[in-house]
Amino acid sequence: MSRFLFPRWSNLLLPTIILAATTIPVYALFFVAYGFSPKTLDVGYQPTQVVPYSHALHAGELGLDCRYCHISVEKAAHASVPATQTCMNCHTLIRPDSPKLAKVKESFTTGLPVQWTRIHKLPEYAYFNHSAHVSRGIGCVSCHGRIDKMEIVYQNSPLSMGWCIECHRNPDVNLRPTSEITNLAFDGTTELSVDERAVLKDKFHIKPSDDCSTCHR
Amino acid sequence: MTTLSHDSKLANPDNTVDVPGERAALVLNMDKFSQVTATVCRVNEADRAPTAWYIAFALAVSLLSVLGICIGYLFATGVGVWGLNNPVMWAYDITNFVFWVGIGHAGTLISAILFLFRQKWRTGINRFAEAMTIFAVICAGTFPGIHVGRVWFAYWLFPIPNQMEMWPQFRSPLLWDVFAVSTYFTVSLLFWYTGMVPDLATLRDRAKGKLQQLGYGLFSLGWRGSNRHWHRYERAYLLLAALSTPLVLSVHSVVSFDFATSQLPGWHTTIFPPYFVAGAIFSGFAMVVTLAVPARELFGLKDLITLRHLDNMNKIILVTGCMVGYAYSIEFFIAWYSGARYEKFAFMNRAFGQYWWAYLIMVSCNVITPQLFWFKKIRTSIPIMFVLSIVVNVGMWFERFVIIVSSLANDFLPSSWDLFVPTWVDIGTMVGAFGLFFTLFLLFCRYLPMIAMAEVKAVMPQADPHGAGAGKHGKH
Repeated sequence: MSRFLFPRWSNLLLPTIILAATTIPVYALFFVAYGFSPKTLDVGYQPTQVVPYSHALHAGELGLDCRYCHISVEKAAHASVPATQTCMNCHTLIRPDSPKLAKVKESFTTGLPVQWTRIHKLPEYAYFNHSAHVSRGIGCVSCHGRIDKMEIVYQNSPLSMGWCIECHRNPDVNLRPTSEITNLAFDGTTELSVDERAVLKDKFHIKPSDDCSTCHR
Repeated sequence: MTTLSHDSKLANPDNTVDVPGERAALVLNMDKFSQVTATVCRVNEADRAPTAWYIAFALAVSLLSVLGICIGYLFATGVGVWGLNNPVMWAYDITNFVFWVGIGHAGTLISAILFLFRQKWRTGINRFAEAMTIFAVICAGTFPGIHVGRVWFAYWLFPIPNQMEMWPQFRSPLLWDVFAVSTYFTVSLLFWYTGMVPDLATLRDRAKGKLQQLGYGLFSLGWRGSNRHWHRYERAYLLLAALSTPLVLSVHSVVSFDFATSQLPGWHTTIFPPYFVAGAIFSGFAMVVTLAVPARELFGLKDLITLRHLDNMNKIILVTGCMVGYAYSIEFFIAWYSGARYEKFAFMNRAFGQYWWAYLIMVSCNVITPQLFWFKKIRTSIPIMFVLSIVVNVGMWFERFVIIVSSLANDFLPSSWDLFVPTWVDIGTMVGAFGLFFTLFLLFCRYLPMIAMAEVKAVMPQADPHGAGAGKHGKH
């Protein structure tokens, strides 16, 4: 038996350990930072709804204003989902017999709401108010993307804390006059000058806080 | 050097006595290096550990399971199972954390600072003092991890990029603590392991079983004891000693910032960093004595960890105990001298308020009883030093308790005052941490070389080519 028991295969251990010690922590870091991020987990969430309602048709092609259906968005924390009656305002006359409307009509007769699947959901512990944003120059498109081009709505933004904070720290790029709030095609960064945006910021008294208690009340 | 007598035969057998012109022997009753090897390796190579080891191990593992149960219950239920209240939001958890981090300091002091100062007596005790450091830091690290309430977020202690873009508060000493303690643990572990490589090679060469050969073989990194190996080893050891030296002072300073940078009377004190470091070394050496006394008896290491080693450590306990006592009195002086009524109240309340008994235990254990070490009879009496070393550690635990709890319980606003009363989970966790510590320590004693054989041999007179070992062949 040899006196020095340092088997040949153990030579492989050193590069293995060095490789593992350098790559695993870096990998773990990126795995947590990107893998656990809503950017990866939530963006693109596109459930099939019970009613094949097309935003692309209604908001895009026909040019309905967002607020025709989501009436409370300027006044309340929640942007309400329209009542069946809102749909029936038009659909008693327009394509009343379309099979796509079956569920809507069923809801209209029974009085039970349509069971939409919620897409944009913030955690219960995060306070968010639509009216505070919409009435002060943050347009729908900033968070929801080009809804007017979506056949089926999907989640466009991560809605992560970091994503919220990014805008709270630098809101200027998302500002627009209140007249353009629901204009999804309007891009403040190209259509407004830096000065114009500064004026808006001043006008709306925008001083967004990034303290914990701003959202976690 | 040549004018000194090196003949170990003539040296005084009582090595606690300093004879002018002679160096006291650090290894007794051994002429050959092989005797050192045999004595140390016997512990690891015996088929069966001493019965006392099994009893101690069973006890330690039972306590460890108490810790496991308490932590499990805490995780399942929440920090409400502890006796915390508003305003006492830190109590046993942080007391235990500071206590264990403090214990760890002796290891680094012995291995780094005493090495740089060429205190040769360190060689007998450095290995297991370093082991003690590592195990103590493991115990310490447990507490910040479990006290966060939502343990699944414990990784928030570290600055990791995340979707919340949330970072630890870099201006907070609690974050500095994370860095200080983890750096300390890493450097101590490297230092401990580097120093152990030649001894692991010795164990490998003597090992009979295949498993031992492979295990010790892998961890001794192919050490063959060549000149080049020794050269690199000594370089590495010296560099690591230099790296660890500032850590001895920095780690407990940073721990003290957890308190000192706050504005709470009783915490907001500039004396805290040096005072905490002195206290840490004080408690650390006491723990080394507590461990060394039974270990040398049990494993037959009395000739390597001699009375002189213990005597020296007791002197350090005396010195640091006096420093701690000085800090206690200066705190009172400053409280008076500052003229700040909250400050004055905090200290009067500490000594005479509802926690007066804890303060009394602290002062009597840390300042009064260590004064007995002025007497050499007591410094060299095994049973007395064993008891005193435990007394010191009791005192140092109470010091942290007094600082943390008595300051929090009675802060600025009398309407918010409250009394902290520990629950069984508090006590179980505190006692259980000793189980974790002793389980690790007993495993270390059984399976790793407890004494740095290579270093001890180097301080024997036989290692000096001009000394006694060369005597037979005539002096140079």
